[in-house]
Amino acid sequence: MQTLALGVPALSRDRSEPRYAADAVEVTLAASGDAQAFERLYRRHVTRIHNLVRRMHGPDDSDEVTQDVFVRAWEKLGTFRGESAFSTWLHRLAVNVILTHREARGKRRNRFSDSEQLLTSAAARRTTPEAAMDLENALSKLPDGAREVFVLHDVEGYRHEEIADMLGLATGTSKSQLHHARMALRAWLD
Amino acid sequence: MTDQWMDRLSEYLDGDLAPAERVALETHLAACPTCQATVAELRSVVTRAHALVDRPVANDLWGGIATRIGAAGTPVIDLNTRRVRRRFSLSLTQLAAAAVLFLAVGAGASAIAMRPTTEPVPTAVATSPALRVIPVGLPTKAEQSYDTAVRDLEQALDAGRSRLSPKTVAVLERNLARIDVAIEEARVALKADPANAYLNAHLANSMQQKLALLQQATTIANAAS
Repeated sequence: MQTLALGVPALSRDRSEPRYAADAVEVTLAASGDAQAFERLYRRHVTRIHNLVRRMHGPDDSDEVTQDVFVRAWEKLGTFRGESAFSTWLHRLAVNVILTHREARGKRRNRFSDSEQLLTSAAARRTTPEAAMDLENALSKLPDGAREVFVLHDVEGYRHEEIADMLGLATGTSKSQLHHARMALRAWLD
Repeated sequence: MTDQWMDRLSEYLDGDLAPAERVALETHLAACPTCQATVAELRSVVTRAHALVDRPVANDLWGGIATRIGAAGTPVIDLNTRRVRRRFSLSLTQLAAAAVLFLAVGAGASAIAMRPTTEPVPTAVATSPALRVIPVGLPTKAEQSYDTAVRDLEQALDAGRSRLSPKTVAVLERNLARIDVAIEEARVALKADPANAYLNAHLANSMQQKLALLQQATTIANAAS
């Protein structure tokens, strides 16, 4: 597996992996309108997508957002050209759907500019051992922008340049958000 | 948090600092216990993020998806969206490519099927009767296109059959019959074991062989005219 600095696992983008070949067949069939093939793709990828949704979007509505991801994938299958692995394409599409939901909820505005101050103060408040929490719970307490950057970088293995492109921000902002998210999380974790 | 290096520690961990900055920070780290401790804590956060394990999905979401994509008898995608989707019309070359793809995938798919998996298996799969797994290497529409292609080639071959030598015709018919038997056997076996990757690959390979043989014979017949 390709690794980034500090052993961060890169996304699985190896075309030679068996799953890539298996997906290619199902995608071909699904793009022709075969719902059974699409259901097989759904079952193969739903766990990863649902976890991405829950971590980036939060647990509320995660089922609905996940369904939206797969409905969107069905609608967009005709545009999939096989230039990347289907899992990579689906993952990227999921991020877009998640961001669209966030925008629809009106949370996107100022989520980066507001979060820095919040994170700085949060990082300064070291939690007591009794109040310490696991990483999944701590993630849900981060401001939206910082959580998105942290999940994409430290959990999913995207590079800052890719994150900046997806989220529409400067690379430096992505780095800054990541650092503040880590600082806050270190204060909250058990 | 007044340390000038404190805000650069994540970049240091990620290897994003320029060489000169990294050397300077490491020099600072050697003399700053606070930054040393912070680096260790940040590294721990990153390690825990890497170690996050995907949780199983509590609910089966396919039913709602199937309804929304029109696969459960309740189409909700508007016609314009449907028209944008790729029309299903495979050329012979595409069919052959699809068959080759099935063949290439066979071994990998079998390996996947036989490999122990740690991924959760849905316990309550609310698959509608219309969405059951069907034991066919190609979807219905593709199979229809395939059958049409085969029929067209057979007609073309019939038209040029008189231009082939009797010996060639005999070999051709013997091989076609053998392939037809293989196709039929694979289809029957797939009814009992729809997910069998080997059988799917075998069926696709046999169908591809039939197409290739018909094409080859038609080409020879046309060349002899």
